[in-house]
Amino acid sequence: MIFKKLNIENKKVRDLIPQAITVLALLSVIIYFATNAQINMGNRGISFGFGFLNQEASFDITFSMIEYDGSHSYGRAFLVGLLNTILVSAIGIFFATIAGVIVGVSRLSDNYLIAKVAEWYVEIFRNIPLILQIFFWYFAALRALPLPENGISFNDISFLTIKGWYVPKFIWTNFNIFLLSVIASLIAIYFINSYATKQREQFGKQLPTTTISLSTLILLPLITFLFLGVSLTFEYPVLKQLSPTVYTYEGGVSIIPELIALALALSMYTATFIAENVRAGILGVGKGQKEAAASIGLNKSQILKLVVMPQALRIIIPPTTNQYLNLTKNSSLAAAIAYPDIVLVFAGTALMQTGRAIEIISITMLTYLTLSISISIFMNWYNKKMAIKEK
Amino acid sequence: MIKSIKTWILVGFASLLLVACGQGGGGAGSKKSKTLENTKKAGFVKCGVSQGLPGFSNADASGNWSGIDVDVCRAVAAAVLGDADKVKYTPLSAKERFTALTSGEIDVLARNTTWTLSRDADIGLTFVGVNFYDGQGFMVRKNSGINSVNDFKDGISACTNTGTTTELNMRDFFNSKNIKYEPIAFEKADEVVQAYDAGRCDTYTTDKSGLAAQRTKMSNPDEHKVLPETISKEPLGPVVRQGDAVWEDIVRWSLNTMIEAEEYGVNSSNASSLKDSENPAIKRLVGSEGELGAAFGLDNDWSLRIIEQVGNYGESYKKHIADTGILPNRGPNQLWTKGGILYVPPAR
Repeated sequence: MIFKKLNIENKKVRDLIPQAITVLALLSVIIYFATNAQINMGNRGISFGFGFLNQEASFDITFSMIEYDGSHSYGRAFLVGLLNTILVSAIGIFFATIAGVIVGVSRLSDNYLIAKVAEWYVEIFRNIPLILQIFFWYFAALRALPLPENGISFNDISFLTIKGWYVPKFIWTNFNIFLLSVIASLIAIYFINSYATKQREQFGKQLPTTTISLSTLILLPLITFLFLGVSLTFEYPVLKQLSPTVYTYEGGVSIIPELIALALALSMYTATFIAENVRAGILGVGKGQKEAAASIGLNKSQILKLVVMPQALRIIIPPTTNQYLNLTKNSSLAAAIAYPDIVLVFAGTALMQTGRAIEIISITMLTYLTLSISISIFMNWYNKKMAIKEK
Repeated sequence: MIKSIKTWILVGFASLLLVACGQGGGGAGSKKSKTLENTKKAGFVKCGVSQGLPGFSNADASGNWSGIDVDVCRAVAAAVLGDADKVKYTPLSAKERFTALTSGEIDVLARNTTWTLSRDADIGLTFVGVNFYDGQGFMVRKNSGINSVNDFKDGISACTNTGTTTELNMRDFFNSKNIKYEPIAFEKADEVVQAYDAGRCDTYTTDKSGLAAQRTKMSNPDEHKVLPETISKEPLGPVVRQGDAVWEDIVRWSLNTMIEAEEYGVNSSNASSLKDSENPAIKRLVGSEGELGAAFGLDNDWSLRIIEQVGNYGESYKKHIADTGILPNRGPNQLWTKGGILYVPPAR
């Protein structure tokens, strides 16, 4: 029996051979490179290991979302960099999506001016290399901002200066209760929506879901403020003099210019590609669909919400996933303008201080891989959810 | 049919890979100086320098490099290849420099690099000496009213380079003074200067020689000053890869030759006329006595070529650091016989 299974005449076996050889070849290449690196490192007296992650980093980082100073470990510094990368990517994706949708829809506008402005925006920003745009925002636009003592004031509670954007800090009491109420209202909205869908599909009844959802989201947290002891106060930034001519702001939260420049450049650049995806998606829905929807008496917003968007999204999502991945990977250009992302902090400073190039670069590559795959998995899930469900 | 062609292409590709693997292997680490052999074969010394630090390594408009770090590489080229101009310069950021050296992209790193224990012992590098004794300082605007590091207050922002000892010293310093500060670390020195110049940060910190040199690049150099305090020891020197003892010696003694030549008053203009000097130490320096070069596999005129083509340390310092107005006073970088700390082992 076994002999028969391994027979070369067997098609399955024959097809397996080249695949097996390819895998073997690939493995041997990897092993060859690994051993070669090991031998060379041995010859040059370079040790290999991940023990350094527990050592004291002894360098500080401008901006961190978790508690960090130089007495923490390299592992912690890695985490700070990773969170900063995630932060700028999330901000970038958020604004790129909003701007992208607005610009994409604007390009299809009947208004000549709006359509042309949107077109010019797309053509300009997608055709200039991203790194130049980052430099433009950082070295040209933000460097032109005034010094702290002449900062641009927004109603005296927020200040925009060359050293950053100082905004009030939120100081919560009983934040947990507030958070719970937000989660509770989100869950409620989910159930209201599925109930509304059922009503529509079974009885053809239209419920004002948007109004109900919005009021739930506002009312429920509001109740916690009025009755459950949640309160919010602000700590405002205050100008502080460090020397006769040197000023800074104390208190509040400082949004560093590096973050602003990077997030701005990333979202403005990626928005152009998303705008084109949105345009393609909307144009991809047949004219007949809209006419049919109109003929059964749906109004304009219903046509967009119930007929055009569900179909357009199927076209928009896959290429937009690519743009989200690109944005995340492009955020590594942060190093050029001193935004402390994972490349600058970990693959930069930590690599330099420890000299562990192979370990640190592999960890960094793995991290980007994991980030990208996570985004992919989420978007694929969303894509499947939006795909045609054949009944 | 198509399927089987595809199969054979795959098989062919796979076996090619296997063959390629068989031919690989080897690696570094023979007894002789591989670096010396390779340098002779290539016809130039592969030298890693900064991305532009006046006085140390800086390229002019037509791409000619000069500076006291550059002179170390030129000395090695003069000793090994007989021509100080046979150097290929690779500008490196602080972050790239060690990887470039350990990976073999360059053979000498002469890039104002601080000699520290962990760099020397842990990452496969060997420091061969010190060509500039430096210390970290701070630069501020003259009108800031800050006259000493004691005037720094909580909330001050400080710009510097990533991947340098400066970054670590800065933390040690502010911690010891218990001052909360905002560190902003750029990859390129030019970016740091630009950020400081624009007012993104209140002080700029790096090696004092670096501060003096970078000040010349600012939009208005007279508006800035360097504070008197020095917060660290920064012995800067050339670095080579670990594991090639002969090459290490060549670089070390090329540098030592320049310093010793100054000590004995041998310079680029009088070197060849000193062949018949009374002083045996001078005779050894100009190659008319002893067989010193043979120890590295070089001829006996190696040190004479260094002095003639590059000059002694004093000439190099005067030309690149003093006459350019960066640091007219030699400070610790004076010979031990004249009150400095430059002291090299004898060439004999």
